[in-house]
Amino acid sequence: MIAGAAFDVEAVFRREAGRVLATLIRLLGDFDLAEDARQEAFAAAIAQWPTEGMPLHPRAWLIAAGRNKIIDRIRRDGLFRTKIADLEIASAQSNDAAEPELDDAVFGDDRLRLIFTCCHPALNPEAQIALTLREVCGLSTQAVARAFLVGEETMSQRLVRAKRKIREARIPYETPSPAALDERFDGVLGVIYSVFTEGYAATAGDRLIDVELCAEAVRLGKLLDELMPDRAALVGLLALMLLHDARRGARVSASGDIVLLEDQDRSLWDQTKIAAGLALVERALSVKGTVSPYTVQAAIAALHARAPDSHATDWPQIVGLYAVLSRLQPSPVVELNRAVAISMVDGAAPALQLLESLAARGQAIEYHLLHAARARFLQMLGRIAEAREAYAAALACTVSEPERRLLAARAATLER
Amino acid sequence: MNYLLLIYSNEAEFAALGTAALATISEEYAEFTKSIVQAGKFKAADRLRPVSTASTVRVRNGKTAITDGPFAETREQLGGFYLVDAKDLDEAIAIAARIPSARHGSIEVRPIWPLT
Repeated sequence: MIAGAAFDVEAVFRREAGRVLATLIRLLGDFDLAEDARQEAFAAAIAQWPTEGMPLHPRAWLIAAGRNKIIDRIRRDGLFRTKIADLEIASAQSNDAAEPELDDAVFGDDRLRLIFTCCHPALNPEAQIALTLREVCGLSTQAVARAFLVGEETMSQRLVRAKRKIREARIPYETPSPAALDERFDGVLGVIYSVFTEGYAATAGDRLIDVELCAEAVRLGKLLDELMPDRAALVGLLALMLLHDARRGARVSASGDIVLLEDQDRSLWDQTKIAAGLALVERALSVKGTVSPYTVQAAIAALHARAPDSHATDWPQIVGLYAVLSRLQPSPVVELNRAVAISMVDGAAPALQLLESLAARGQAIEYHLLHAARARFLQMLGRIAEAREAYAAALACTVSEPERRLLAARAATLER
Repeated sequence: MNYLLLIYSNEAEFAALGTAALATISEEYAEFTKSIVQAGKFKAADRLRPVSTASTVRVRNGKTAITDGPFAETREQLGGFYLVDAKDLDEAIAIAARIPSARHGSIEVRPIWPLT
């Protein structure tokens, strides 16, 4: 005990909450019991630490306190008769292994177990994201509900359902077997990226929760990079997220209008994030093996980040990177971005041709950005009447208000 | 833990397969079954009659209502099952993925809820 030392219980809780929960889930074999256990442990700490002093190993103390309180409660209530035998076994085993509990490697393993369990493919994708935000990032149910634009009650039910499935279908609290690891790891990256894009989607103004989601995605990525280092796709994803997040301050004007990359005030870009992102791109590219789509996207973002303005951007290299990306991960969105890059190198005519072939294949017809890009290319080629029609088509399938305003403003330039 | 692996596939497409293709699939099934029996994972398995023979039973207010057909119409129909003993969902999914029909149909994995 560190008697009389000044300490900040809140800071300890913030630092240890995730690790304590991850280990308690393993020891108690149940998410809800573990959450209760953690809460009781924190309550006990608030009651005891100020008078008795902070224990030498606060984390181990919290875990032991939480586990013991839950086992006491179960004994007292006489509930879960069949479960108590299991719990006592788990408890006895962990007493035997008291020392390794202090080891960061064990806690790291538990946090990985928690991440992989929350991102298990047997849970639907939305549940994976919600559960990860709640259990791994420690967001309140209310905050998760806000992120998904649903009521707290609805979100609470979704989380309950996901945890029930984990329990009843016996989704293992384990890191995946080597045979399944790569695929499952990609799944976790998908969840992290979804958290990020959820927070990065263009909305009018900056909701606080959006900023928080992007920060959580980056934090999750860094945690995973600590636990499973040097996985190129993750490093690429981290770089991608930082380089995009760096532009946050320049993406929306004071009046809530979208500012396109080419028009952004680059002095508003966050240079600290850019520097970190650029270093990560280098790291991702230095890992041998197949390059990940995240890394290619990060490399594209890096070229934008390095350029003083749109004209000074290395567009030929961006065209090349989009070609690589469309081989790795073919999609209409990638083709569309490739067309925009081509228009910066070879002019609007070949770019328009690429879009027409995309539309001819029946892809992305309803995709408003496709119409918007077409309109832009037609305008550049002086085909004003067709451009006007394309802007109208784009407006017809846009739902977001800031995007409507952007398109309307662009269409208005035709009439000048 | 026991898991029921439900095999969904398109009956019409299956019926349209030639004798040679059917023989190949039968062999694959025999091989797969033998392998999970040997691994001690096998509990029970069988093939189901076509969905046209299915009935759905519902009891409402004490009355039994029987309707013709499966409970939901989809492109695929329940065609068979394996009951297996797996340590967790990951193992059950891994076994399910080895069922030959997983390649063209779907396998529904349902944890068994013991009656005791």
